[in-house]
Amino acid sequence: MAASRGLRLAAWHLSRSFASMLGLVLVTAIVLLALLGPWIVPYPDDVAGSVSLINKLKPPSAAHWFGTDEVGNDILTRVIIGARLSLLVGIGITFAAAAIGVPLGILAGTAGGAVRETIMRVTDLFLSVPGLVLAIALVAALGPGIVNAMIALVLVWWPGYVRLAESKALSIREEPFIEAARVAGAPSLRILWRHVLPNSLSPIIVKMSMDIGQAILAVASLGFIGLGAKPPTPEWGAMISIARGYLPDWWWYAICPGAFIYASVLGFNLLGDGLRDILDPRSNRG
Amino acid sequence: MFLYLLRRFALAGLMLFGLVCLTFIIANIAPADPAALAAGPDAGRSQIEQARREYGLDKPLPEQFLRYVTDLAHGEFGRSVASGRSVGRDLARYFPATLELCLVAMTIGLIAGISLGMLSALFKDSWLDHITRIFAVSGIALPPFWFGLLLQLGFAVWLGWLPTSGRIGVSTEPPDPITGLLLVDSLLRGDGALFGQSLSHILLPAIVLSLPCLASILRVNRSEMVEALRADYITAARAHGVAPWRLVTVHALKNAMLPTLAIIGLRWGWMMSSTVLVETVFDWPGTGLYAVSSAIAGDFKPVMGVTLIVGLNFMLVNLVVDLLYGVLDPRLRDA
Repeated sequence: MAASRGLRLAAWHLSRSFASMLGLVLVTAIVLLALLGPWIVPYPDDVAGSVSLINKLKPPSAAHWFGTDEVGNDILTRVIIGARLSLLVGIGITFAAAAIGVPLGILAGTAGGAVRETIMRVTDLFLSVPGLVLAIALVAALGPGIVNAMIALVLVWWPGYVRLAESKALSIREEPFIEAARVAGAPSLRILWRHVLPNSLSPIIVKMSMDIGQAILAVASLGFIGLGAKPPTPEWGAMISIARGYLPDWWWYAICPGAFIYASVLGFNLLGDGLRDILDPRSNRG
Repeated sequence: MFLYLLRRFALAGLMLFGLVCLTFIIANIAPADPAALAAGPDAGRSQIEQARREYGLDKPLPEQFLRYVTDLAHGEFGRSVASGRSVGRDLARYFPATLELCLVAMTIGLIAGISLGMLSALFKDSWLDHITRIFAVSGIALPPFWFGLLLQLGFAVWLGWLPTSGRIGVSTEPPDPITGLLLVDSLLRGDGALFGQSLSHILLPAIVLSLPCLASILRVNRSEMVEALRADYITAARAHGVAPWRLVTVHALKNAMLPTLAIIGLRWGWMMSSTVLVETVFDWPGTGLYAVSSAIAGDFKPVMGVTLIVGLNFMLVNLVVDLLYGVLDPRLRDA
């Protein structure tokens, strides 16, 4: 009963803000495209990489809404297929980074002392190199490719979660109910799992929502500079990097993939903003 | 205050050492053989062995690390395999270009962000406020490389108002560097034509680079200003007959300065990240483009050099920001 009332309140909050609704709509659309992609694209044959040179680099028309690419494939088809890869990679990076960062952060926040000092200094160190530069250094070491790009981005991303979880855990540690649990004889692992983690979850969920968008952007960025997915893969960033070679005469080639990146990042950002208003209303909205 | 300074500098020194360690670790955890990387992608077995001896890669790791640190202390970043040039010298040439781009972008972000934030707080919930808010959200979500291409297409190719790429015209001989920042150098030499040329070249990439930063500054200034305009001391000042423009630009704005400063520190790193993309789009000869082209060519030393230099720069900026914080907010000095 209480849960459904809470949900209704949350839905009401969300529906009151135009920005949050726009975010929800955009994210839902991207998720649907990723799920249904292969069944709804206008030219399913173009997914596997069929070549039809008569159709190459056609401008937008009724048959090809966003034109065709250099081997005659429908651009819209390839971009819709790319949604699945981008979304999976964005979610994968975010969850992996949170899975590394959150336990470390909670550990640092509750343990204190040398453990905290070590974890936080290493975190600071990773945060001291601008993200994409560090990612490029890692990809240069690991070798280019979508999997290595993902590994590099996870390695760049986890420190943010340590910072967040640590600051939450630090403030929760002082709360009376934690003390009560300790006095009642609850083992520390149980306190961490049952009390500290659930109570620090809200800002982490908000950050994860925003980070999925940013991770999609980061993977596309690496694809664009040629260190991520390799071109025949329908990845948005890699598509733009090819399209760049066909500017300015075939300008429409670059429009569609970029617009999809923009829409997904915007969607996850707006949704994160809306979630923050519901889950974490007291936080500072810088 | 002295203790605050001392602690802050000690921490910066520690971080710098950590950064050196981090690059060393990255170079050594790589699944690829570092000697093969150092010898270049086309090297044969004997060349790799030769590189291994030449770079001391056959020595135990602690000894290699010691050598790495001493080399860095002498400003020796190693050599690029692709060009054979010294990475240190390349960095000295490319870094000012990146710095100039970031400085101009930050200036745009500050001026536009603060004034737009102020305006949308003054006209809260008007159409102007809504438009700037949409603009602010877009600023963070727009892929910089795509937005760069669009601006290039619009302003350089179709309208022909601004040059497409590069730092100065192809036929112009770059002047001997004084500071390495072309805008400053051309002013120092009193060369108006060169100044105009470098300004027209830097405008588009700097705008693209400034957008996320502009958006954050805008949001913070808006919320701080909305808060401040409701505060008692502003009402009191208004009652004392302080002019409305003075109220806003002097009394209320002061409050937004600390959070804006914090954003500069944070966003400088983001900006340095985005230079990688923006410089690729606009062919801007800076460290970002250098890192990308080297990483693609499998040329390892330049990438590590850029990581070190950019990391060092980011640390210094944060150090300066922290010190300014201490100056602006006396409460922090004792903390």
